[in-house]
Amino acid sequence: MGAFALEAAFDAPPGVTALFGHSGAGKTTIVNAVAGLIRPEAGRIVLGERVLFDRAAGIALPPPRRRIGMVFQEGRLFPHMSVRANLGYAARATGRRPDPAEEARVVEMLGIGDLLSRRPARLSGGEKQRVAIGRALLSRPDLLVMDEPLASLDTARKEEILPWLERLRDEVRVPILYVSHAVEEVARLATSLVLLRDGRVEQAGPVEALLADPAIAPRFGMREAGAVLTGTVTAHHPDGLSEIAVSAGALLLPQVPHAPGSSIRIRIEAQDIILSRGRPEGLSALNILPGEVSAVRMGEGPGALVQLRCGADLLLARITRRSAEALALAPGVACHAVLKSVAVARADVGGSGVAPADAVARGIETRGD
Amino acid sequence: MGGWLPSAWLGHDAWQALVLSLKVATWATLLSLPAGLAVAVLLARGRFPGRQLLNGIVHLPLVLPPVVTGYLLLLSFGRRGWPGTWLEETFGIVFAFRWTGAALAAAIMGFPLMVRAIRLSVEAVDRRLEEAASTLGASRVRVFLTVTLPLILPGVVAGAILSFARGLGEFGATITFVSNIPGETQTLPSAIYAFLQVPGGETSALRLVAVSIVIAMAALLASEVLARAVARRIGQE
Repeated sequence: MGAFALEAAFDAPPGVTALFGHSGAGKTTIVNAVAGLIRPEAGRIVLGERVLFDRAAGIALPPPRRRIGMVFQEGRLFPHMSVRANLGYAARATGRRPDPAEEARVVEMLGIGDLLSRRPARLSGGEKQRVAIGRALLSRPDLLVMDEPLASLDTARKEEILPWLERLRDEVRVPILYVSHAVEEVARLATSLVLLRDGRVEQAGPVEALLADPAIAPRFGMREAGAVLTGTVTAHHPDGLSEIAVSAGALLLPQVPHAPGSSIRIRIEAQDIILSRGRPEGLSALNILPGEVSAVRMGEGPGALVQLRCGADLLLARITRRSAEALALAPGVACHAVLKSVAVARADVGGSGVAPADAVARGIETRGD
Repeated sequence: MGGWLPSAWLGHDAWQALVLSLKVATWATLLSLPAGLAVAVLLARGRFPGRQLLNGIVHLPLVLPPVVTGYLLLLSFGRRGWPGTWLEETFGIVFAFRWTGAALAAAIMGFPLMVRAIRLSVEAVDRRLEEAASTLGASRVRVFLTVTLPLILPGVVAGAILSFARGLGEFGATITFVSNIPGETQTLPSAIYAFLQVPGGETSALRLVAVSIVIAMAALLASEVLARAVARRIGQE
């Protein structure tokens, strides 16, 4: 292994902690070290109160003893076993009596009931990943690590599997460490975000705050930058639009596949927001949210990033420097965010981390609970 | 067995040679499988000083003249050799001029083929599957038994069949080590050789040659079919 110094300390609270960074930033190295698949030359890895690795103290737990469930990019299902046998592998490997109720819960949560007697060779990419997640969950881990699980899937498969991952996040009590370099996955799934660059943690915090931070936005790429906000679906209109209540008002978006009353998370790309000092009239855009500028960051080129506080949510808008100066945008200035309904892609809307009451009751048990 | 058609067609001596060859080759393969597996895994996965030396020793029977191997066996496991006498005193196993000696010769000659086939299989196993198994809580032994072993099964089957086929055809080492005693150490090739020495023995020799060809083809076919069946079972096809 090349000489690579990693310094990373971060919390992984319940929900999905996304580890974001570009290739070479050290994400896979970290998860492999955490899982025990590679052995660092120096350092310390602690999970909660358990020391997994401590070079100085001579502690290095082998992977079977770490109780960390891993979901790999390639799935890595055992080709000589059926799906059912794959799922039950951890129980057999540790000499545990399998719990049919636990298995049934996981199978139902991931929607793999029809696949149980199939061999991995007969599964699609998305199905393989769901089985891989089920297999890792059934090993009763203290931490579930997913190393770029969607990287080898095409867009359609990713879209298909994301709702299952949201469900996983909302219903399972095990913290999830989700490694990715894809902003849209992180925006959709993460509860908290850890930014990694060259082996060091640059920033860590709640996903809403980090995605709306104009200082960090360049790291995601200007075209991908954008904030997420949470809203509640209030109604589906007959003309194909859905109304969503957010803290600063209401949004109208193309029909979302969530029932009225459900909580959803919406990602709004910075380049899709138009800013207006006064409330504009006669526009085709249906979404106009009042807010206040909280931060402005001028770019090196012609662009500028403006952070807006709309009610309890933070939005990020990308406009030109010229306009920012012309409109005299500065922290404290009242401003409106204008958003076209059709600009929000289906893939940018997902279930939110705010679990409705019954999902809590259905929570999956894990060891130590 | 006297009235049986093949035995009648071949003649008593030839039939005896055939049966002996099958017995020798089967025992040779079965008993060398555990060692073949162990050595193959060691060579494929081990990192230790002397690994290349071990590799060389394993392949020696492949490149040494079989008569040389046979003579070395005679020196060590024959009546006067040190390992030979020790085995006889401790376990009562005698190799000299016995079918057990033929089996030992067949095993030694087939060993490199077995190890090569199994080693290739081991090297082809996706280590990432083994990693996944270990993150699910499986110890190294369990990973080997539940993941590695099933996946190398086609290679083990192929190695066993190759070793068996080699053992059936073993001549030089056998005849040097345990000579050519009908009923005891006269295997198929030795019998053919003996028949050709005798005037009028060509017919018997030819019949045995035909049998040898049939068995060889059957072994190759079986090896293909079995290997494919196993590969299908483990999802590689």
